[in-house]
Amino acid sequence: MKPGSTTAACAALIRRDLAVVWRRRGDALNPILFALIVVALFPFALGPEPENLRRIAAGVVFVALLLSGLLALDTLFRGDYEDGSLEQLVLSPHPLALLLACKITVHWLTTALPLLLVAPLLAEMLNLPHSVLPVLLAALALSTPLLSLIGAVCVALTVGMRRSGMLLALLVLPLYVPVLIFGAGACNAAQAGLAFIAPLLWLGAGLVLALVLAPLACAAALKISLS
Amino acid sequence: MNALTLWFHKIGSPPTFYRIAGALAPWCFGIAIVLGALALYGGLVLAPRDYQQGDAYRIIFVHVPCAWMGLFAYGFMAVNAFIALIWRIKLSEVLAMASAPIGAAFTFITLVTGSIWGKPMWGTWWTWDARLTSELVLLFLYLGVMGLYHAIEDRRQAARAASFLALIGIVNVPIVHFSVNWWNTLHQGQTVRLMGESKISGDMVWPLLVMTLATHIWFFASVFARTRVGLLELEGGKDWARDVALSDAPRESPVTAHG
Amino acid sequence: MADFFAMGGYGTYIWPAYAVFLIVLAIDAIAPRLRRKRVLAEIRGKLRRRQAREATP
Repeated sequence: MKPGSTTAACAALIRRDLAVVWRRRGDALNPILFALIVVALFPFALGPEPENLRRIAAGVVFVALLLSGLLALDTLFRGDYEDGSLEQLVLSPHPLALLLACKITVHWLTTALPLLLVAPLLAEMLNLPHSVLPVLLAALALSTPLLSLIGAVCVALTVGMRRSGMLLALLVLPLYVPVLIFGAGACNAAQAGLAFIAPLLWLGAGLVLALVLAPLACAAALKISLS
Repeated sequence: MNALTLWFHKIGSPPTFYRIAGALAPWCFGIAIVLGALALYGGLVLAPRDYQQGDAYRIIFVHVPCAWMGLFAYGFMAVNAFIALIWRIKLSEVLAMASAPIGAAFTFITLVTGSIWGKPMWGTWWTWDARLTSELVLLFLYLGVMGLYHAIEDRRQAARAASFLALIGIVNVPIVHFSVNWWNTLHQGQTVRLMGESKISGDMVWPLLVMTLATHIWFFASVFARTRVGLLELEGGKDWARDVALSDAPRESPVTAHG
Repeated sequence: MADFFAMGGYGTYIWPAYAVFLIVLAIDAIAPRLRRKRVLAEIRGKLRRRQAREATP
């Protein structure tokens, strides 16, 4: 790998982001803990009857992962913004969209992938029928990158704001709703014995579009926010 | 430079637009109020009772025009947002941001009047069908644009960020509508079936159309008024803004004789 | 007259709906006026402070 080339830059960025997360690896457990708490609250709120929980299991797991992801989204740019490396990234000669795609990938690997691994446990806590679990995991595998990509664009617009939590939630909500509808909808369809492949395909199509367009939109948004 | 280009550039200059909008706004408000009153009279007094819905259908005369205006305002905002992002024209930035609260107001009225209409007609204040849910998401989009605009210090950067969000939003509304439609077909049994569009008779149509015209004119009146204030905010340090501020100052108390 | 306000029994729905329409639009008309006053006062204040700064030797 030629030093100074775009490939080297991406590799260096990925290595650096992974190293930064590794140094605070305790923090990486926060989203998992939050998701566990959210899911655990539902039986307390609705009563322990398995039938009740079974009906809402897929939806609740989805919402819990969505909210955990929302909380974790803040860490995407915050560290780099505070120490100035984000500006350096924007000013670098390499394509910003590509660099951001690398950042978002590492962010997904370190925040969403652990949640995906915990998802079967969360599903079991709510008595999700075992036959639905593969559909749930497939839907989550397609939705979580989509949520990360869409979320990244919105975080880029609010980067640097001190108390952007509520505003960020307001910004992403309209964009997250279709993803949630198709993701949880696939699981609910599978649970009801209906065809579930269509929403999964829609998620796949959305993911492919987002993989290409979201980094570009994120780059444009960052350039506006940091101007 | 030909006359059209010259005119276009002149219009885009803040003090010129301030003056023109200031002259037009009161007229637009006036015409909108007169047309609105006419439409209200036509809708509440003249139009006959509906065969199916009785008098309750009269909410249509405010609900439907506001629904149309909510969408029109977003389109107006999106066009100006696009111009603001690509060509960085100050006036477009201000126009885009001025139209957001007006669109939000119309969308809010649509949701509330729709909910009120729903209660006697379908027995429920709310239902999660595609149209209502999309309308709710539209309100959230407006609130997001307004929230983002007010969260950033620098007015021009704030307008650009909010404009970017507005353009993302415009892609999102059809997606939401489509996904909610699919989601509703999945849960067909529980969905309240909305009544189909009933054939509407002539003496019910004209108040609707007049009110639509009235709300359109009101929108522009309000955009003019809000844009004027937005331009003053943006150009506070400039001479023309200072002249306006000084000429608007409350009359100084006369100097007393023993001073 | 009473019939007009009763609106065939639907009065309790129609009048609040129209009220919301009128009140929200009234707020939409008034809010910019208030903001305009505030903005002009701010501009005057900045001008006064600047003149005071320049006047002091």
